[in-house]
Amino acid sequence: MNFGPNPLWTLLWTFGLMSLFAIGGANSAIPEMHRVAVDVRHWMTDQQFADVYAISQLSPGPNVLIVTLIGYTVAGLAGALAATLAMCGPSALLAYFVSGVLQRSSHSRWTRIIQAALVPLSIGLMGATGLVLALTADRNWTAALVTVLTAGVAFATRLNPLWLMLAAGALGFAGLI
Amino acid sequence: MNLVVPGGLPGLNLGMDPDAPPAAIAVPEFSPSGPPGLVALFLAFAKMSLAGFGGVLVFARRAIVEQHRWMTAEQFNETFALCHFLPGPNIVNLSVVFGSRIAGPAGAIAAFSGLLGPPVLIMIVMAVLYARFGEIDALRRILAGVSCAAVGLLLAVVLRMMIPLIRNRDAVGFLILLAVLVAIGVLRLPLPTVLLVAIPLSIAISSVMRRRDRG
Repeated sequence: MNFGPNPLWTLLWTFGLMSLFAIGGANSAIPEMHRVAVDVRHWMTDQQFADVYAISQLSPGPNVLIVTLIGYTVAGLAGALAATLAMCGPSALLAYFVSGVLQRSSHSRWTRIIQAALVPLSIGLMGATGLVLALTADRNWTAALVTVLTAGVAFATRLNPLWLMLAAGALGFAGLI
Repeated sequence: MNLVVPGGLPGLNLGMDPDAPPAAIAVPEFSPSGPPGLVALFLAFAKMSLAGFGGVLVFARRAIVEQHRWMTAEQFNETFALCHFLPGPNIVNLSVVFGSRIAGPAGAIAAFSGLLGPPVLIMIVMAVLYARFGEIDALRRILAGVSCAAVGLLLAVVLRMMIPLIRNRDAVGFLILLAVLVAIGVLRLPLPTVLLVAIPLSIAISSVMRRRDRG
C-alpha cells in the first residue's frame, strides 16, 4: 500500500494536533480518528477501524493505544511508535507545565467553571463515539442486540468488561453475529 | 474506560466504572516508605497499565491510593480532575503529573514510560498478528462479536456519566451535549472546529448560570 511520500510526518502531525484537541480523553477522539483514518486519509476501511477498536479494548493498557494499531497499519513499526508518541506527547507536556503552575493556585473559581462547562462536552463527544462505532460494528439486528444487551448489563452491574467482550467474541465465533 | 472517576469529584461527578471495586476491599498492605524511587515508579505504572483491561484508571487509583498510599483519595481526585479537563488521554496525563510531583521531570518520564512502554509492545504484537491473520474467517467472526460488546461498554459509560445531568435537571447541559453529539457523530464535522465554537460557548453559559444561581 502506498500512503504518500511521508506517512510518518502525516501521522506525527495528525495525532500531535489531535492530542491537544482530545478534550475528555482518548474515547472522545475516536470519531475524529475515524474521520481522519477512514474518510480523509483512507488509511483503513470502516471494517478495519472497527477491528482495531475491538483489539485495543481487548488488550491491556490505556484505551488511547488504538493509535498504535492505526500507526502500524499506516507505516509499520515506525508508524506505530510515531502515532503513539504524537498522541500522548504534546498533551503530556502540556499537563506537566499546567500542573506545575496550578500547584500554586489549585482552587480558583475559574477552574471549577471550566470543569463544569467541559463535562457536557465530553459526554457529547463520547456519545458521538458510541454512535460512530455502533454504525460501524452493528451490521445486523443480532449485532445491535448484543450491543444493547452489553450496554444494559455493564450499566446495571459491576461485571468485569472483559467477560462481556469474551462472551460476545464466543457468540461471534459461533457465527451468531 | 478511560473517562471514569472513581469516588466522584466535587463539581465533576461523572459515572462510576462498572468494575470499580467497592470501598470495602481496600488492600490492607501498604509501604510507609516515603516517596518511591524512579524504578518503583516505572514498575508501579507498568503494573497498573498491564492490569487495565478496558481502562487503567481504576487500577491506577487502587495502586496509588490504596496499595502504596502515595496520595490520599482527595489528592488523587484533585489530580485526576486536572488531568480530565486538560486535553489528551487522561491516564497518560495523570502519570506525568503524578510522576513530576514525586520526582520532577525524571519522575514524569519514569511514570509515562512505565504506563505506555509495556502495553505498546503488546499492542505492536497484536498489530503484527492482525496484519498477518486478520483475514482468517474465525478471527473475523470473533472480532465482529467483540466490536459489538465494546461499543455496548462505551454506551454504558456514557449513560453512567449522564446520571448527574439527569439528577440536576441540567437542561442546558443536555442541549450542549446533544449539539456536540450531532455535530461530531452525525454531521461528522472536524473536532477542532467544533471545539473552538463549543468550549467558549459552554464556558460562557456555565459562568452566566453560576452568577444567576448566586444572585
